[in-house]
Amino acid sequence: MNKEGKRRIWSDYQKEIADDHFFYVRSCIRQSFFPGSEQFFLNFLRNDLRKDVYENPSHTTCTGIGYHSDIVPLPTIMTVVARHFALMKESGYKNIAISCVTSFGIYAEIIETWKHFPEELAKTRDYLYRATGREFDIPENMAHTSDIIYKFRNEIAAKAKNKLINRETGEPLRIVEHIGCHYSKMFPKYGVGGAEFPNVLGGMVEAWGGKVIDYPERRHCCGFGFRQYLIQANRGYSLSNTAKKFSSMSPYKPDMVLTNCPGCNMFMDKWQYTMKEMEGTVYGVNGESIPVLTYEELAGLVLGYNPWNLGLQFHMVQSEPLLKKIGIEYDPEDKFKTKDGKQMPIPIDLINA
Amino acid sequence: MHNLKKQVIVVGGGVAGMESAGLLAREGYAVTLFEKETYTGGHTSHWYHLFPDRRESRDIIKFLEERIDNSNLNLLTGLKVTTITKKHGFFLVYTEDGNEFKADAVILSTGFDLFNSSRKEEYGYGIYDNVISSADLETMFRAGEIKLANGKAPETVGFVHCVGSRDEKVGNLYCSKLCCVTAVKQAIEVREHLQDTKVFCFYMDMRMGGAYYEELYREAQEQWNVSFIRGKVSEVSEDIDNRLVIKSEDTLAGKPLKIHLDMLVLMAGMEMSEGGAKIAAASGLHTGQNRFFASADHHYGSNKSNVKGIFYAGTCTMPMNITETISHARAAVSDVIDYLEDRN
Repeated sequence: MNKEGKRRIWSDYQKEIADDHFFYVRSCIRQSFFPGSEQFFLNFLRNDLRKDVYENPSHTTCTGIGYHSDIVPLPTIMTVVARHFALMKESGYKNIAISCVTSFGIYAEIIETWKHFPEELAKTRDYLYRATGREFDIPENMAHTSDIIYKFRNEIAAKAKNKLINRETGEPLRIVEHIGCHYSKMFPKYGVGGAEFPNVLGGMVEAWGGKVIDYPERRHCCGFGFRQYLIQANRGYSLSNTAKKFSSMSPYKPDMVLTNCPGCNMFMDKWQYTMKEMEGTVYGVNGESIPVLTYEELAGLVLGYNPWNLGLQFHMVQSEPLLKKIGIEYDPEDKFKTKDGKQMPIPIDLINA
Repeated sequence: MHNLKKQVIVVGGGVAGMESAGLLAREGYAVTLFEKETYTGGHTSHWYHLFPDRRESRDIIKFLEERIDNSNLNLLTGLKVTTITKKHGFFLVYTEDGNEFKADAVILSTGFDLFNSSRKEEYGYGIYDNVISSADLETMFRAGEIKLANGKAPETVGFVHCVGSRDEKVGNLYCSKLCCVTAVKQAIEVREHLQDTKVFCFYMDMRMGGAYYEELYREAQEQWNVSFIRGKVSEVSEDIDNRLVIKSEDTLAGKPLKIHLDMLVLMAGMEMSEGGAKIAAASGLHTGQNRFFASADHHYGSNKSNVKGIFYAGTCTMPMNITETISHARAAVSDVIDYLEDRN
């Protein structure tokens, strides 16, 4: 493997990422499945980096899941996205920061559609105006929030309390990164590092001391793929995709998987439970499953945040083996307590706990 | 004998340039042949054997070198031509060192560039050590040793056809025409060098439209057991033992295919040369949708440009094999003489 060749590709895909004044749009599902991730992003940008990040309470779903399930037609989703752009315009922002990879792909697809088919842009302006009386501008800068963490990865490294190094062996942690199909596979120019050898997550891993694992099924779908999962009869197909990925990465003995996309994290995390239940198969070492973290959660660990405040306990595969490798101290008693110290019900059959 | 004072400049010292310059010199014209490299022969000078008869490429180079060994011919190597302008019926040819040269007619024989295989990112050229190009393999043949990055001989080798050809994604809709037969030739040569090595060719269509090409294709299958799989390679990666993992589709069997190989050879297509494109842009010469020089007439004026007195020879107009290139160069000479002798 020639790193120089990768750097050459990365140099072709260096997108411009705004430095400040972000109009932040949340994901539909991230707040439920990894509740600390978006919170970390907002805290870090606003309080650590002193950036201006604005959220508009009238922002809604982008309807991407409905679109990819053939429930929401294209003119409708274009009008919904146009409404988000109208909210941004009304709020005085020009840089959009998108939390969800599905939404990011939707925004990219729609902006590209408008570029290539201006008549669709004109129609969308008309639909939005007639429905809401609103007008919109296309963002001057569009970034996925992982782009923004990537941009500030060295600032995070400079403030690091923990490095991605195995405390016992002194070796870099072996990390599988998975960018999610809709981050850059449709439009490589919108992704840091492109689509084939992306660097958005890899750049974070290396800046924080870890080592990226390249394995044969690195580019393969996580198993979500919308209709693979949303249609119940297809779920075996979803699961087999995930199994293929984990079988391929397993020989490299990864310490964790780092994800970009809410769907990818959910499926690579939760299907490990399913595969263990169905077949008794685990893909990590020592009978353990492989923790699957978001980039915000990993950034938070590097910066020394309390793992339970980051919400790591809400994954299906628990992160204690990873925390021990890094040398992060935690109190198991606090794991399922509310912020004011009340004990919550403790889930049964957690993996790696 | 023609008037020696009539001067012709030939730009590009590959097969077409050497043949046309040599013939014009033989006819008594004062010829200046420019070559940007320090040597003549172009791509052919790096090649090992030629299809379909597997002769040494050096034979061709030797023939062409003899062709340009003429006192009427002035060879200037290591010099790039940048612009050509027409003034009062003659041409001024400018070189990158700031000099200008006068001529009564110009032949552009700027050739082609091999497609840069790293642009097909999914194949990992320049990233995975044992993904090489067809040109890299010729260098290995010449060195007499086909080996992997670890120095061992490959036990399995794959060839990917149409790398940078017939590919809308890289902007090349055209067929480079020579890659199929080159892959067949190279597949046989791999088997000759390494008799126990298994060889697979991944193709879209086998375009064997040349004399004795089809016969070579048959020989590869019958005599050398080369496996031809109809399907494009979608991605390449490396496994934990640094073997290549190739994903493709066997479209005849209707099944996806995953195969482990030691070495993968990318059959790089042909593109308009960077130097030719710059000259075209700077000199007002027309190029086609395929970015090669556009001939004045596709059927009966393929050597003529949109500027009277500037002619084209060889692969600067489209992909050609050596036989076609030499014929095209000779036709260019005929057109140049007609122009200089007012026979139009």
